[in-house]
Amino acid sequence: MWDYSDKVKEHFFNPKNAGAVVDANATGEVGSISCGDALRLTLKVDDDSEVILEAGFQTFGCGSAIASSSVLTEIIKGMTLDEALKVTNQDIADQLEGLPPEKMHCSVMGREALQAAIANYRGEEWKDDHEEGALICKCFAIDAVMIEEMVWANKLRTVEDVTNFTKAGGGCAACHEDIEAILEKVLAEKGEKFDPGAAPVKKPAETIAAVKGPLTNLQRIKKIEEVLESLRPSLMADGGDVELVEVIGNTAYVNMTGACNGCQMAAMTIAGIQQRLMEVMGEFIKVVPASEMAKLVNIEVA
Amino acid sequence: MTDIYLDNNATTKVDPAVVDVMIPYFLEQYGNPSSIHKFADGVARGLKQARQQVQALIGAEHDSEIIFTSCGTESNSTAILSAIKAQPDKKEIITTTVEHPAILTLCEYLEKEGYTIHRLPVDKAGRLKLDAYQRLLSDQVAIVSVMWANNETGTIFPVAEMAEMANAAGVMFHTDAVQAVGKIPMMVQDTKIDMLSLSGHKLHAPKGIGVLYLRRGTRYRPLLRGGHQERGRRAGTENSASIVGLGKACELAQNFIEYENTQVKAMRDRLEQGITEQIGHCFVTGDLYNRLPNTTDIAFEYIEGESILMLLNKAGIAASSGSACTSGSLEPSHVMRAMDIPYTAAHGTIRFSFSRYNTMAEVEKVIEVMPGIVATLRKLSPYWSGDGPVANPEQAFAPTYA
Repeated sequence: MWDYSDKVKEHFFNPKNAGAVVDANATGEVGSISCGDALRLTLKVDDDSEVILEAGFQTFGCGSAIASSSVLTEIIKGMTLDEALKVTNQDIADQLEGLPPEKMHCSVMGREALQAAIANYRGEEWKDDHEEGALICKCFAIDAVMIEEMVWANKLRTVEDVTNFTKAGGGCAACHEDIEAILEKVLAEKGEKFDPGAAPVKKPAETIAAVKGPLTNLQRIKKIEEVLESLRPSLMADGGDVELVEVIGNTAYVNMTGACNGCQMAAMTIAGIQQRLMEVMGEFIKVVPASEMAKLVNIEVA
Repeated sequence: MTDIYLDNNATTKVDPAVVDVMIPYFLEQYGNPSSIHKFADGVARGLKQARQQVQALIGAEHDSEIIFTSCGTESNSTAILSAIKAQPDKKEIITTTVEHPAILTLCEYLEKEGYTIHRLPVDKAGRLKLDAYQRLLSDQVAIVSVMWANNETGTIFPVAEMAEMANAAGVMFHTDAVQAVGKIPMMVQDTKIDMLSLSGHKLHAPKGIGVLYLRRGTRYRPLLRGGHQERGRRAGTENSASIVGLGKACELAQNFIEYENTQVKAMRDRLEQGITEQIGHCFVTGDLYNRLPNTTDIAFEYIEGESILMLLNKAGIAASSGSACTSGSLEPSHVMRAMDIPYTAAHGTIRFSFSRYNTMAEVEKVIEVMPGIVATLRKLSPYWSGDGPVANPEQAFAPTYA
């Protein structure tokens, strides 16, 4: 069975705002009956203030789908539509004290139902912007469709490429056979043959010139900033960010912010940043969360 | 009341009598069966007895036809890979759409290696069409692999008849009998079945022990080489304690086979009747007239299986589901899809599987709580309104994106 948090169980066993809102003036219906998760969200919106007065859900789905729906209605009640549009699936997952990676799509479904309902209220047409595929990488919750799109868009050729561009396969590595199967399929469609030994595709970040020779501390700090800057877009795509706090010798202290803060994957992300820094700097760099700085510095001083 | 375990097709409790016979093989007779000293001198005898106990349960002609493996999956892989290695010119395999993943995933892999896989379809009651099967049999086929009984619905396939047909066409026949052994009587020596897989943990022996039955004279290539164990057909130091435990479990299963087909079946039938009488819009899947005595798989329409399981679990009842969510996949069970069960029902299937440890009182408890669970979830369902499904459910609620 899934390792659901107490919060998920609480919302599943005692769902809030179950059922359709009477006199609703906004309805969003999303999900996929073939996948076994579908949600209808109904809202009563005050026409003058655009405040969501009432929210109700009807869900065909598993425990986490019902819990995500329930917590979503609790989050958005009392918000204006513009405020509600800023609610992310991460907010839903956070309110539930986390979801297993295979179940993150339940929180995505909640956010989409909300967008669909608001579009419905405003008389706009809501279009789903993604197609969901089978979950391939369980460490980073990356699905097959995402990997296929990236392989097509960036002419990826090896598992290493896929990991560099999507993070898929960068954790436990158990999905490498599945990633190879996707590469074989897409490359065959392009009339190419999968070659595990192909040269890696360069990421945009690779354009930063590798450092030659020893660095002064200032040069090192500038270079580290440059590398972090190049990694920022992919962190922000996940709703997170990184901030450089201090550099002492070969140790860079960083703050993980946004969705990265408290994310179970933060340690892995930090390891990835460290790897990238070492590649560019050509020397050993240790990346440490700034929260550990105080005690380390004190030890040094003492 | 203590918790109720109705998930015996997933795995079973080890019978205390099985544990008792195993203990000495951990603490006293722990020598390697190949060694020549007193820590090992009783082990060979224990293994021999276990081999005969397995032989008796499945009705094999010789005890040397029993090869101990680590699990049902290993037995299945060994059987299929042996058949294709021994007959490298034959590039086709016949199986069914409703096999266990232990067979289907291996076949998908072999398909990538250039093999042609014929997957026999089933009808809405989960039955095979034998005339389609007959047409596929040819000298190009390396092996036919068909399960004796389906793990989800309990539907029994006519493997004896299918083995005769394969044999007449000169084709090897394997059956994954993991769910059938110990639940229905069998006598493999009277059939043309060449290979059969069984698994200890489905019949009150421990996990991590299985058997491949290999009919004498069947061409064979081992999966594991590297030792003389199992007459060189499965190398690796024998799991002596588990083998002895499996032997005992087979002896017990044989003693209980009539009980299984009368008392256990009566509990299953009572549960099915109690649920379908009280709850509307639910139905039993599979071939109702040709099933394992311990299994029922009931589809509750318009609600989802994992949610049902969580509420059952809260009521102290363990069962399992064919919904996508319980497995983390995107599709409901391939068995339900193969039977063309609509999505709104396939995601809401619950399998209750019994053993001789269950009681009628437990059955009554499940019958008591099930209507409330279904009603609770239907109240949340967009396909449900008041006392019944909404009119034209598929049109009334058609969410965006497929």
